Amino acid sequence: MSNLQKALESGKFAITAEMAPPKGVDFSHQMSVVEQLRGKVEACNVTDYQSSSLKASSLGLCIMIKQAGMEPVLQMTGRDRSRMAIQGDFMDAAAFGIENILALTGDHPTVGDCPESKPVYDLDSVGILRAAVQLMEGHDCGGNELVGNPPYYYLGASVTPVYEPVELQLIKMKKKIDAGAKFFQTQGVYEAEPMKPFMELAEKYGVYLMAGIIPLKTAAMAKYMSNNVPGIRVPQDQIDRLNAAKNNGLPEGFDPKDKDVKKKQSKNQEEEGIVMAAEFLAEIKEKGLAHGAHIMAIGAEENVPKILEKAGF
Amino acid sequence: MIITKSKKLEDVLDSLKGAKKVLITGCAECSTVSRTGGENEVKAMADTLTANGFEVVGTMVCEIGCNKNNVKKELKQFKDTPYDAVLVMSCGDGVQTMAGNVDVPVYPASDTMFLGEVERVTLFSQACKMCGDCVLGRTAGVCPITKCAKSLVNGPCGGAKNGKCETNPDVDCAWILIYNRLKKFGQLDKLEVSNDDKGHKINLYPATINLKEEKANE
Repeated sequence: MSNLQKALESGKFAITAEMAPPKGVDFSHQMSVVEQLRGKVEACNVTDYQSSSLKASSLGLCIMIKQAGMEPVLQMTGRDRSRMAIQGDFMDAAAFGIENILALTGDHPTVGDCPESKPVYDLDSVGILRAAVQLMEGHDCGGNELVGNPPYYYLGASVTPVYEPVELQLIKMKKKIDAGAKFFQTQGVYEAEPMKPFMELAEKYGVYLMAGIIPLKTAAMAKYMSNNVPGIRVPQDQIDRLNAAKNNGLPEGFDPKDKDVKKKQSKNQEEEGIVMAAEFLAEIKEKGLAHGAHIMAIGAEENVPKILEKAGF
Repeated sequence: MIITKSKKLEDVLDSLKGAKKVLITGCAECSTVSRTGGENEVKAMADTLTANGFEVVGTMVCEIGCNKNNVKKELKQFKDTPYDAVLVMSCGDGVQTMAGNVDVPVYPASDTMFLGEVERVTLFSQACKMCGDCVLGRTAGVCPITKCAKSLVNGPCGGAKNGKCETNPDVDCAWILIYNRLKKFGQLDKLEVSNDDKGHKINLYPATINLKEEKANE
């Protein structure tokens, strides 16, 4: 049984952090991040060509993380692989002792950096979960029996709480539960309220909900994400708060074009973002609006321990 | 309706290089509606090819450009007219129907885009991907296979923003359309049913359907 499953099932507020493989073959940065997260998170999600941007695969880094004695969550999208390829990768994962799987639809190739790539989508996220369950039951997508002991997986999926109409997300969440999902990681959320109906559904069916937290780095990033990224809504007061923190500690009459000033402004906002993420994390836990949290630091994974510490973990 | 788009003229001229006597054909069905191979387009192409040094030996707009026997009959009018190439201003099916009827090279003047509907005279939208297993009965008449960029069968991904698809902010999320219509019809229960992903054996190509054989096998 994976640490993640143990933590969630024991009632511990479980933490996962997310990272992306490199666009290249040097995994040293990712592995140094893993060291920083060791002992602080239950598991590390590894993204599967996130935003349709080609990188090393999720499975490769998951194996390396597993071999380093940490626990990965293999993200698997339907964008690039047929049902055969998905089940083959799942078998590899099990052979290397990887149990946690997060099934996702996957961003469309045209939004990424290899836009001519064929959109596969042989299986949707529900189908990917079923594909893992088929293997657990000892057979493949063609109904053929597997040789030897069947694998075991701890299956997860995602939900987008900030969505209109939200009922559509809840209906799909239920389908994912029926298909075998035991835990859910949400898209990044910045308000507690939208979590409620998802938490109710999770509690009703005995599955676990982990609130997605994307620490904000700057007011500009917050505004951009809120306007452009599906499922993300950053309330204006949070953007204002980042803006207000921007000039902390700068002398009067500073030159806004100065390189060091700009650096300090970025740092100020990033630090405020860490505080805000920690506050939100604590709020979610305090209000019982999730069974855990999934922190997506998007390249600033070194901030994850700081967030956890500030949130009192 | 098969929606086609005219190829760039330079590409058409390039493909015809080496040909001298050209027969130009169009189609009175879809290509006429698509404005790629009706009477007007065929005539304009004849003028253009002539201006570019080709001898246009004849033009014809087929009644149904994808009906092999029909096209065969229509070609009889050119049986004494020598030509060394046919420029076909219709869909890829029409080009191949022509190829099956003549012993000279055929060249397409159009790109075949999709099976769609005519929203208005000059606006066409893709409607059907011919998946061989129609789901419209459970999706309130909105095709998720065609109108969802990921052909999802169990509801939307998380990629819609303000009801629009992540691939194109001008395109509605098909699953939100489906939800709204099912809700209006009091059929939201259809959305709650988990569907299997489509199998692809049914789409094995090249496909043929032989009604006589099927009837005999019934």
